[in-house]
Amino acid sequence: MKLIDLKNSFNKNFQLGNFIPQFLLLFCFVLLIFYFTKNAQVNLLARNITSGFDFLKTNSGFDVQFSLIAYDGSYSFGRAYLVGLLNTLLVSFFGIIFATILGFVIGISRLSENLLLSKLSQFYVELFRNLPLILQIFFWYFVVLRNLPSTEKSLILLDFLIINVQGFYFPKFIFSNFEFIIYGVAFSILTIFMLIYYSNKLFYNSGKRLPVFKLSIFLLILFPVILSFLGNVGLKFEQAKLIQNFGIFNYVGGVKLVPEFLALLFALSLYTSTFIAENVRAGILSISKGQKEAAKSLGFNNSLSLKLIVIPQALRVIIPPTTNQYLNLVKNSSFAAGIGYPDLTSVFAGTSLSQTGKAIEIIFIVMMTYLSISLFISLILNWYNKKIAFISK
Amino acid sequence: MNKQKVIELLKVNKWYDDFHVLKDIDLSVYQGEKIIVCGPSGSGKSTLIRCINRLEEHQEGLVKVHDHVLDHKTKNIEKIRGDVGMVFQQFNLFPHLSIIDNCTLSPSWVRKMAKKDAEELAMQYLTKVKIADQALKFPGQLSGGQQQRAAIARALCMEPKIMLFDEPTSALDPEMIKEVLDVMTDLAKAGMTMIVVSHEMAFAKEVADRVIFMDEGRIVEEKPTQEFFSNPENERTKLFLSQIL
Amino acid sequence: MNIKHTFYWCKKNLFSNWYNSIISIFCIYLIIITIPPFVDWVFLSATFEGKLKTDCKTSGACWVFVRVWFEKFMYGFYPVENIWRINLSFLILILTIGTSFFVREKFKLYILFFLIFIFPIIAYILIRGSFGMEIVESREWGGLALTFILAIFGILVSFPLGVLLALGRRSELPVFKYFSICFIEFWRGIPLITVLFAAAVMFPLLLPADFFVDKTLRIAIGIAIFESAYIAEVVRGGLQSLPKGQYDAARSLGMGYWKMNFFIILPQAIKTVIPGIANTFIALLKDTPLIVLVGMAEILGMINLAKANPYWLGMAVEGYVFAAAIFWVASFFLSSYSQKLEKKFSTEKK
Repeated sequence: MKLIDLKNSFNKNFQLGNFIPQFLLLFCFVLLIFYFTKNAQVNLLARNITSGFDFLKTNSGFDVQFSLIAYDGSYSFGRAYLVGLLNTLLVSFFGIIFATILGFVIGISRLSENLLLSKLSQFYVELFRNLPLILQIFFWYFVVLRNLPSTEKSLILLDFLIINVQGFYFPKFIFSNFEFIIYGVAFSILTIFMLIYYSNKLFYNSGKRLPVFKLSIFLLILFPVILSFLGNVGLKFEQAKLIQNFGIFNYVGGVKLVPEFLALLFALSLYTSTFIAENVRAGILSISKGQKEAAKSLGFNNSLSLKLIVIPQALRVIIPPTTNQYLNLVKNSSFAAGIGYPDLTSVFAGTSLSQTGKAIEIIFIVMMTYLSISLFISLILNWYNKKIAFISK
Repeated sequence: MNKQKVIELLKVNKWYDDFHVLKDIDLSVYQGEKIIVCGPSGSGKSTLIRCINRLEEHQEGLVKVHDHVLDHKTKNIEKIRGDVGMVFQQFNLFPHLSIIDNCTLSPSWVRKMAKKDAEELAMQYLTKVKIADQALKFPGQLSGGQQQRAAIARALCMEPKIMLFDEPTSALDPEMIKEVLDVMTDLAKAGMTMIVVSHEMAFAKEVADRVIFMDEGRIVEEKPTQEFFSNPENERTKLFLSQIL
Repeated sequence: MNIKHTFYWCKKNLFSNWYNSIISIFCIYLIIITIPPFVDWVFLSATFEGKLKTDCKTSGACWVFVRVWFEKFMYGFYPVENIWRINLSFLILILTIGTSFFVREKFKLYILFFLIFIFPIIAYILIRGSFGMEIVESREWGGLALTFILAIFGILVSFPLGVLLALGRRSELPVFKYFSICFIEFWRGIPLITVLFAAAVMFPLLLPADFFVDKTLRIAIGIAIFESAYIAEVVRGGLQSLPKGQYDAARSLGMGYWKMNFFIILPQAIKTVIPGIANTFIALLKDTPLIVLVGMAEILGMINLAKANPYWLGMAVEGYVFAAAIFWVASFFLSSYSQKLEKKFSTEKK
């Protein structure tokens, strides 16, 4: 910005007509902050609640039914925060994956020439998009998952997955000498890069194409397997076992996914997938007919024209609003409080708040956490947008 | 002169739902011929040439290109399309690829040419259309005239034996029309079989062997160029010519 | 002749090749295992008549549950004899919106003014009570009525606030601009639940002990401010899409900032983004039931209460299906209406 522009805008701001409203706004805002702070101090004193963030170090005194890290009542509130945060990230991560896969499948189905398929997917989208998410979560939790078979009559799929009213059970994978698998994967990634480089060179020089994708998958499996044999990597499965205690059946061991987690995951994935499906459909439709005609006229068949022309352009239109949906999914994971899934909101803004009464600090921390996640995702989106923008004059 | 018949349309009829857009079209095109198709909008000119590379499907009649019959039973329609190049009114360059990538995409993926060779070929044609210096730029960075010339080069890279042009200069600013027409004239002089839908009558007079006038889905008049302009028979043709000349 | 035609159509569209056929068979399978059982449960085998749980003898839905609890679902614990007041308020609202279809442009502005400034007062007087009507405190408001009251309040308040924020964001004056940006990004970055918790639990701490603000009002304000940030972004999109020439023309006619915006810029910008605004409102309607998590007895809260009642145990499905039907219909009609509006405005433009 030139100096003269800076000077002009500075002068403009200090013109009376412009200066007074701005000053007023600032003044009122600052006044409001002071007002709130003063009241808060008075009120907290009256209730004998100290302020400050020291409470984070004190013992929480409450347990949580689902946590990725070791935790119980003897750990601190700070640790409770971490548990909540990890649970939020966990359900968000898997929710995003499922929603994306479902969304793309449904979105492409909407464009299918098969009328049955396209109408069915349209029905799916209209149904799940128009129902409140909280209602869907309640429905999954109170209706679907409650009606799963009881523990002693569990549904066992492929000797691998145990389904009953208490949750889903997977066998726990216990590795020994796991590092060798890591080495194997690292080595595979290295060879895959080499493969890509070599195959590009080959294509440039002779026009032959190698099946890079299939070869990569092969390599990704090959080297970890070889190295796990060499390094004597051991794998034990610890499947959940049915135990009877005073007439009550329980599965113990293995990995347990509680119904709270499952209900939230299913509802979030289904709900968000409808929006992603619409984005995918809009993205693919946005590619003008002319592009597809040009591809056809150059002799491309349907799958090549999709791969080289339609999808690269469609992704540019699909990804920004889809990233927005990911953001919504993370924020919507806070609905967990409705069914007792211990995510950040219910553990911290819910239980911890009622235990300590430190509403201001806790709400502040929770809001800042979500805000940071939002800003982080927005930053990535902006970076991506700049990178893939069509280069123009 | 026993030239090979490269395109044949016999009693071709097409409907869009109930709208009869092509009515009993009979047309034969011989190798090396340059044909201009003109007529008022909605007369079916674009639909006609789109039927030749099967971007549109006709319901009745025979369409034959290089002795291949085009109908719903045709296999390898892509291969046949590779021999017929098309240039569109809206250019339809692929915005996410550079100009040279636009040109090499099809030869390398469809004809499985080595990318190296495809690039050489592309530079050849880009030079012919006089935009070799824009090869690494992206379509959004080029003017309309440059984009259309790039589109012509892209079609030529498939080394087609027939070139179809669907109102190639209608979307261009006046000062850029000439550069595109010059390229098309060079192409014509080099012996390419061309069917051009256009209103550029000066170009028609200079380049075309035959001019076809279409109205309301029918070929109303079809004559060698000189005769068409000096001695139109049909009333509608005369009306049309009086409006545009 | 007709059967042959459909058969031929099926063959061409659904079973044209093996791949298509598998998809079609899969779809037909899905339809068969879901729709008939559902229709049967909801309508055919369901019980509609009766007053007691024991009246539900069939395997179908026990709609007796919904009929018995209907008033509670709709109005919460609002005194039954005063329900007419809520109905009257909604009637006024519907009539007002209805008349807006039949009047000219000029009057539409008056109607908007009425809706935003006068109607809330009328509704408040009616629903809460005064001038001799029995007073019903807001904590007794509940059911679907509460959901709609909060959603409509949210819409009416967030709209003007959102427009102001959008204008502020595009302002050249730094204080307004950065204040708007921070405000919008803040409220869009946090989940609605934290806003509700803050309104319910934290906000009282920020006010003097003797200044009591009704919980329902706090929540309503929280929702409205929250949505205004989203409206702001939608309106901003509309403002950006206007050609600069509009601003130039208005200014060259001597219009000042507020006149220009009020008469020229905003009407056009808002028309452009009606679908976006409609979507935000529909989202608001779907978000409002969230208040059940801060202990407000709206429809989902009432259903949870009802299904926990020992006598009516096991009726969760009927309750949720009922609520789902209501929300789905409301949401679907709102989006159809917004699509109609969008078509109307886009043809007007040409």
